[in-house]
This record gives sequence, structure tokens and C-alpha cells, in this order.
Amino acid sequence: MKILVCISNVPDTTTKITFSPDGKAFNTGGVQFVINPYDEYALTRAIELKEAQGGTVTVLNVGEADTEPNIRKALAIGADDAIRVNVKPTDAFLVAQQIAHVAKEGAYDLILMGRESIDYNGFQVHGMVGELLGIPTIAPAIKLDVNGSTATLEREIEGGKEIIEVSLPLVASAQQPMTEPRIPNMRGIMTARTKPLQVLEPVGQDAKTSVQKYELPPAKSGVKMIDAENAGELIKLLRNEAKVL
Amino acid sequence: MSVLVVIECANGEVKKSSLEAASYGSKVATSLGTSATAVAIGDVQADALTSLGEQGITKVLLDNDSRLHNFVPAAYVKVIAKAAASENSSVIVLSNSNIGAAIGSRLAVQLSASLATNVVALPEISGSAFTVRRGVFSGKAFSDVELTADKKIIAVKKNAVEIETAAGATATVENFSADLADADFTGAPKETIKQSGDILLTEADLVVSGGRGLKGPENWHLIEELAKTLGAATACSKPVADIGWRPHHEHVGQTGITVSPNLYIAVGISGAIQHLAGVNSSKVIVVINKDPEAPFFKAADYGIVGDALEVVPKLIEAAKAL
Ligand SMILES: Cc1cc2nc3c(=O)[nH]c(=O)nc-3n(C[C@H](O)[C@H](O)[C@H](O)COP(=O)(O)OP(=O)(O)OC[C@H]3O[C@@H](n4cnc5c(N)ncnc54)[C@H](O)[C@@H]3O)c2cc1C
Repeated sequence: MKILVCISNVPDTTTKITFSPDGKAFNTGGVQFVINPYDEYALTRAIELKEAQGGTVTVLNVGEADTEPNIRKALAIGADDAIRVNVKPTDAFLVAQQIAHVAKEGAYDLILMGRESIDYNGFQVHGMVGELLGIPTIAPAIKLDVNGSTATLEREIEGGKEIIEVSLPLVASAQQPMTEPRIPNMRGIMTARTKPLQVLEPVGQDAKTSVQKYELPPAKSGVKMIDAENAGELIKLLRNEAKVL
Repeated sequence: MSVLVVIECANGEVKKSSLEAASYGSKVATSLGTSATAVAIGDVQADALTSLGEQGITKVLLDNDSRLHNFVPAAYVKVIAKAAASENSSVIVLSNSNIGAAIGSRLAVQLSASLATNVVALPEISGSAFTVRRGVFSGKAFSDVELTADKKIIAVKKNAVEIETAAGATATVENFSADLADADFTGAPKETIKQSGDILLTEADLVVSGGRGLKGPENWHLIEELAKTLGAATACSKPVADIGWRPHHEHVGQTGITVSPNLYIAVGISGAIQHLAGVNSSKVIVVINKDPEAPFFKAADYGIVGDALEVVPKLIEAAKAL
């Protein structure tokens, strides 16, 4: 089984988000970038499937050279090889196009990624890739098993879940509780250095959206404290002042 | 040119998030000088659709093919693409739900359209520039995004727009068929497991959430009783789901569910940035924590410093007295 796992490079979850004074750019200075947390579920599940059933796991990142430390981290966790498509990922369609191209060329059986990136929160790339390839997309998937050429997935829906059986190839986007993400061990880190990382040029840069400006939400006006002894007062305030009850 | 709104239904009713999408869509239609049509799929009462007139919808196309009673992305997309073609729609409005996202991304490729998800405000339209505001960085910021393709697809975040209610206005309902083939149903669910009984977290206007400060599952009856009294859904922090005190589908935050209810009551939750990421667009946040330095107080509108096991029973009592 050939598995392609797409990872994106995002600011560490604890990053305080700030922008340039004109609001045009996200300030990356001093920010630590990590593998998108949702993508770690996809990566770990891919490695588990490979360990149990054989095959290969290729990680793919659409991004410029500064993402390579996180690509190496994915290799250290257990992927076999990596591809980086050398373009700044400014738009979901642009990224989906690159992924679909690599997926088609490599004839992958499974294309896995996280449900959304925690920076742009698009929740769109997986569906676009599936559509570009003309294969099913299951998103968001909370369980994934493969038996021969059939995959069984659980898909989260509003108010429950569905069990879906579908033939490979397919695209799935992962979220908790698909598996427990792994951290690299020493041996993984050592071997990651020698694993192949191929750099490809983009197949097109056809974006359909363009960010004009970023803005922070207005600061909260401050918290109103209520004495624990009179906790019931809170309910009255929620009804009469905040008008939410 | 027209605006097409995709309506999601459950148990014969239009979902609240779709009433918001309909209100949004008809406002966009007004600013473009056109009308808003809706497309509804599956099992829904005709009167529920007629009353979409109150949200400004003039006409509803209903495809009630019984094979569509479960969500099958490819089939749904085919119905909507056909409706968009027959209505000559240049703007398509969806809910920012799991269904909306699955439809929007496929449709965007088929129609060569621009797609914006997680949209929180009406578009700014000036000349040919069409810009929407969306939530980014897990709710920590907004970005204004220009949709540069001729066709535009917008997925509206829950609770971000008011529902219009022009009393008495009605929409006409027309039957619609996309002549679906069996092949369109690849990936249809084999089985659907509905979460039982209670109010759905993703649909809830009020949420009561518990963290590790609750000490153990044996105290969860407090969270449940407060929620039940208020008519709220229950939620929890990640460690609580990880230890198995609560099911994973209740975990909110960066790696769990994102919610934006009118009221979020956080009990015994520290307010780590990853938790805030999933709840910080709630309209009103209440924090109950025994540690006055808990970071959650900075994000709160109302706070009580105290032991959850003592404070929550008082809240239940006061809520019952309402
Ligand atoms: C990549 C990543 C992703 C993450 N994603 C998420 C996520 O999606 N959602 C999430 O929630 N977390 C997430 N986390 C974890 C997050 O960082 C915190 O660890 C978690 O939110 C803490 O949960 P908690 O507040 O319930 O527990 P704790 O940190 O243990 O805090 C418990 C709180 O309860 C208070 N307390 C204790 N006893 C009482 C009492 N008797 N009465 C009242 N208050 C009391 C304490 O003062 C404390 O503030 C993530 C972490 C990482 C690294």
C-alpha cells in the first residue's frame, strides 16, 4: 500500500498571533513552527498501517525551504521518504492542485491529511484533492482501517458518526481520536537525516482567493467577578444583563 | 446571476445554521440586486421549507430522492451544481458544518469557484471586488479575503449572523431532480450512529463544559444537571476526554470541536490557549475556577473564584428558580 501524508507547517499552538502594522502580514519572528496537530493523526495512522500491512509512507509538504525541519521530523516519526513542492501555500486551491498532481503521478492508494490547518482553518484542501482526482473524500475521519483494497472509516457528522466502506484509492482527513500521535525517538532522528527528500517545482499557481488584511478581535472589556457565596446571582446576570438565558 | 443557499435538514426540520445561511444569502442577494433561491436535499417537511420566506428566500428547490436521506458528498454536490446551473447562481452560501465543508470544497473545483469557509460577516462588495471576513488562527484573528473567481462559495460560521424573520413571508417549493445514477452514491454510509438524546454540542446555543477541576467522572452529574436545567449541551477539555471521563466527541478546543455558542460556561478548566482556540468566539464566557490566577479569567465575561463542587449546585438551584 502506498500512502501519501500531507503535512502543513503551522505556528506552534501556543503562539501569540500578531500582524504587521498595516495588517498585511503575519509576524513570523520568534515563532516556532510545528507539524499541524491534525496532520500528526494522519501521519501516525499511516505509519501504523504500514507497520501492520507493509507498504510505504511518503510525506508531502507544499511550502518553501523553511518547512524542512518539520518534514525531517515526519521522517523521524517513521515516514519513508518526503516530497516538498516549492511554493508558498497562499490559497487552498493552489495547495490542493499540487497535492493532486503528486498523488496522481505517484499512484498512491491512500491520501491522508488533517481535517484543517490551525492557521488558515480552511477545512477545504481534502475535498478539493478528492474532486481533482475524482475519488471519494471522507472528512473528518475519526477511524480508519484498511483490509486489502477496501477501507473502513468512521466519519464524524453533526450529532453522531457514520460507518463508511469504500474502495481505495481515497482521500481522508484525520482528527481525534483516530490514534495517539507519536513523537520521534533517537533512532528515528538519526535515520531521518539519510531519508530522501525530493524538491519539486509547482505545477501551476492558480489561486482563487487573496488575503487583503488580518485583524485581531477587539479585546474583552474585562471580567465581572461574582462572589462564590452568591453564585446564584450569576444566573440572574446572564438573564437580565447578558441576555443569554 | 442569483444567490443559491444550501439548506441542511435534520428530522424533517431545517437546521438553525441553515436559517442563518438563508438570512446571509438573501442579504447578499439584496446587495447584488437579485433574489435568493434555496436548494434542500432529503427528508424535510414542505412547510419547513415554505417558511424560509421569512429568511428572505423566494423559491426552494427540493430534491427528495430517498437515496439522499444520508449525506453522500458526490451526490449532494451533483444536485447543488445542477441547481446552481439552472438558477445561474454566481454566489452559493452554505453552513460551515462538516457537510457544508465537504460540499463547498468539491463544488469549488467543479465550478472553478473561489471558496471561503468559516465566514463571520457579510461581504464587502465594491466594483468587482468581493471580500469576506473569516476566522483564522483558531479563532485568534480574522482575515479579509478577496474571492477572485467569478463564482463564489461562502460557508457561514454558526452564530455569526442574525436570523431574519420577516413574519408571514413564504417561499414557493418546487420539486427538483438531478437524475442521479447509482455511481453517484459511492461512499454512501453503511451505517449511521446517532448520538443519543441530549442537545447536540455542534448545534447548541448554550454549552456547559467541565475540565480536570471536576476531579473525576463521578462529579459529572453536576455539569449534566446544570446543562439540563439551562437547556444546554455538555462539553469537556481534552485531558478529560483523553482519560476517558467523557466521550471524545465532547472535547472542544484546537484539536477537538470548535463551538461558538451564545453562552459557554467553563467549570474547572484552566483556559490553556489550545482550549480557548475552540471556544473563544462564544458570545458570553463564564469561568468557574478555584484558582484566581487561572488564565481563563482573562477571556471571560463573568467569573467566580470557587470550588466547582460547591458553586455548581448553587447555580443549579438558581437556574431551577428562573
Ligand atoms: C497540540 C495540543 C493540542 C491541544 N488541544 C487541546 C484541545 O483541543 N482542547 C483542550 O481542552 N486542550 C487541548 N490541549 C491541552 C491544553 O494545553 C490543556 O492541557 C488542557 O486544556 C487543560 O485542561 P483542563 O483545564 O481541564 O485541566 P488542568 O490544566 O488540569 O486545569 C484544571 C483547572 O481546574 C481548576 N480546578 C481544580 N480543582 C478545582 C475545583 N475543585 N473547582 C474549580 N476549579 C478547580 C484548576 O485551578 C485548573 O485551572 C492541547 C495541547 C496541545 C499540546
